[in-house]
Amino acid sequence: MCLFQSVMNYFPEEVLEHVFDFLTSHRDRNAVSLVCKSWYSVEKFSRKKVFIGNCYAVNPERLIARFPRLRSLILKGKPHFADFNLVPHDWGGHVYPWIEAMAKSRINLEELRLKRMVVSDESLKLLAKSFPNFKSLVLVSCEGFTTNGLAAIASNCKFLRELDLQENEVDDRKGHWLSCFPESCTSLVSLNFACLKGEVNAAALERLVARCRNLRSLRLNHALPLEVLQKILVQAPQLNDLGTGSFTHDPNSETFIKLKNAVKNCHSIRSLSGFLDVNGRCLPAVYPICANLTALNLSYAPGIFSNELTKLIRHCKKIERLWILDTIGDKGLGVVANTCKELQELRVFPSDLYGVGNAAVTEEGLVAISAGCPKLNSILYFCQQMTNAALITVAKNCPNFIRFRLCTLNPIVPDAATNQPLDEGFGAIVQSCKGLTRLSVSGQLTDQVFLYIGMYAEQLEMLSIAFAGDSDKGMLYVLNGCKKLKKLEIRDSPFGNMALLSDMGKYETMRSLWMSSCQVTLGACKTLAEKMPRLNVEIISENEGGAGEVEARLDDRDRVEKMYLYRTLVGPRTDAPDFVRTL
Amino acid sequence: MEKNGSGLETELRLGLPGAEKNEKKRVFEEFEDKAAVHKNQVVGWPPVAAFRRKNSLNGGKMYVKVSMDGAPFLRKVDLSMHKGYSELVRALEDLFGCFGIGEALKEDEENNEFVPIYEDKDGDWMLLGDVPWEMFANSCKRLRVMKRAEANGVGLHAKDLLKGLSKEE
Repeated sequence: MCLFQSVMNYFPEEVLEHVFDFLTSHRDRNAVSLVCKSWYSVEKFSRKKVFIGNCYAVNPERLIARFPRLRSLILKGKPHFADFNLVPHDWGGHVYPWIEAMAKSRINLEELRLKRMVVSDESLKLLAKSFPNFKSLVLVSCEGFTTNGLAAIASNCKFLRELDLQENEVDDRKGHWLSCFPESCTSLVSLNFACLKGEVNAAALERLVARCRNLRSLRLNHALPLEVLQKILVQAPQLNDLGTGSFTHDPNSETFIKLKNAVKNCHSIRSLSGFLDVNGRCLPAVYPICANLTALNLSYAPGIFSNELTKLIRHCKKIERLWILDTIGDKGLGVVANTCKELQELRVFPSDLYGVGNAAVTEEGLVAISAGCPKLNSILYFCQQMTNAALITVAKNCPNFIRFRLCTLNPIVPDAATNQPLDEGFGAIVQSCKGLTRLSVSGQLTDQVFLYIGMYAEQLEMLSIAFAGDSDKGMLYVLNGCKKLKKLEIRDSPFGNMALLSDMGKYETMRSLWMSSCQVTLGACKTLAEKMPRLNVEIISENEGGAGEVEARLDDRDRVEKMYLYRTLVGPRTDAPDFVRTL
Repeated sequence: MEKNGSGLETELRLGLPGAEKNEKKRVFEEFEDKAAVHKNQVVGWPPVAAFRRKNSLNGGKMYVKVSMDGAPFLRKVDLSMHKGYSELVRALEDLFGCFGIGEALKEDEENNEFVPIYEDKDGDWMLLGDVPWEMFANSCKRLRVMKRAEANGVGLHAKDLLKGLSKEE
């Protein structure tokens, strides 16, 4: 036993625990638990926050055994491509078993954050009843619940601080869930119900806001008119983060004038979103708070003209995070580049989803941003066209990208100037951005781009590929080169069995691999599953016809339409529907 | 094999879709053809989250006109409200107070009274049901429920009906 270890063993556990408290990152705490048995034990019992990136990698029982004193849990369910309707409904990702197990074991759960999971009203009701100190519920891209479940949360969680619903599919029963917050509830700090479709009782909301003096973040839904917003801002000028609901009114009306005055008083607002329905002539009401905004999300705001957008943005000199629609145009992005020198994250979403071909943004806008915004490190950019030259310039201007996601509206469009594939452009990005952790590529791409990615993208953790590559070599370059790769998702690309099976051990170092409409066959997937018992290899059929359909494709030589594999400690899941077959 | 204006290779066969067991596979294989990708008719592309799609510019609504042969006025139906062809057909049957619109989509049906067709982004009239639902919804500009009896005596098979129509346009 080394000297250090003997010295450390003289410290009472409380001291070790206190030291470990300073470690907030999951990776650090995981590392600590590997040092020695006593550290493992102290860390185990002092761990309060746990992150599980794939809910099927472990199970509730193991979680509770491993971290019996956990208070805060983050769980993620469906694979990312579920967002784009590539995963059939009812695939899985149910939270109920987790809540049930924690309730039975009397875990003192205080915080729960879920992403892409199925959350039933039953789960919410059980959650609300079982954890007396429950404080924070954050649901992102979840589904399966109704406003009845929310009513249970509101009624029973006495110390609720945060109810944050982001982009969930909620069945709005138009009940009075908001009115279920009792008069005694004064603890709310954050309330976001922007994704709900139904009406809420405005008077109940106003009373709630009035009595929750610590409320910092409030995001309203579409159903609430401007009048309500005005009254709320009068009650809560201390807000940091505001999501307006509807933002349309007669700009000459008294209500609107009152709103303008109320906004002027909100000196603390740093983050602004919503505008779910907006009259461009009402936008000037928010000018007074623009100077201090660090985050602005106008990506759900339909029909704001480009010039109205740019007028607004000219006021926003401190913006760090900007989400907008491509109606802003290249010129508008030029305004952003000139104005927003603190910009770190930009997302430009497509306004025209059905490809009628209205002018979107092009490589010009991206180049302008890269030249004007030296702190830019994260981008999601949907564009009409791109060129290698532009990407090379962007790479030179912005070596600090950690996330780079480019989506050309036509998935296989070549370089708009030279008609060449976009290999060189993306190659420049990965070569220049040494800290890149997330990359999505699009446009016409050959195996060459993957050679570059494998060679240069040393920190890459997540890669999304669609309609790209020529052969298995492409996928092999990535698997062999990207040592830190955790999530790989591929669709409609000619990668097959040779690539899949070349380094089977690699998949145990990754969280998951998704391949759809590629060239892998059932036989190869079976081989992989057989050789790697600690992987679940799921074959997902279309959710039609049930088990009969799955059995019909018994031939090993058949291509598999959708395969999702992930490492797991607990073997095949027991809740798989009949169109999912774990090999 | 014929190539139509959009560069897609399509094969017009005797008999209605669904008549062959491998019909579904054929559709998917065709869409490996890069030209189809170019036409922005690919499922899940651009990769915009389903929630965002539903809540996007036009509120996610996809109203298209529906005409029924013999009806004095047209109706409108919101394609985003339906998850598939069977729901749409039921909605159409409700709208026009009739039954049997969906029969044309079933295998080996030659004597059905109604033939549901739609005009796609290229301006071509297509028989309902060949392509995956989402692809259809994204490319449908308007619907028409034809009565077989009205189809100018061009015979009972799909390809003839469609040929007859393009001549009309």
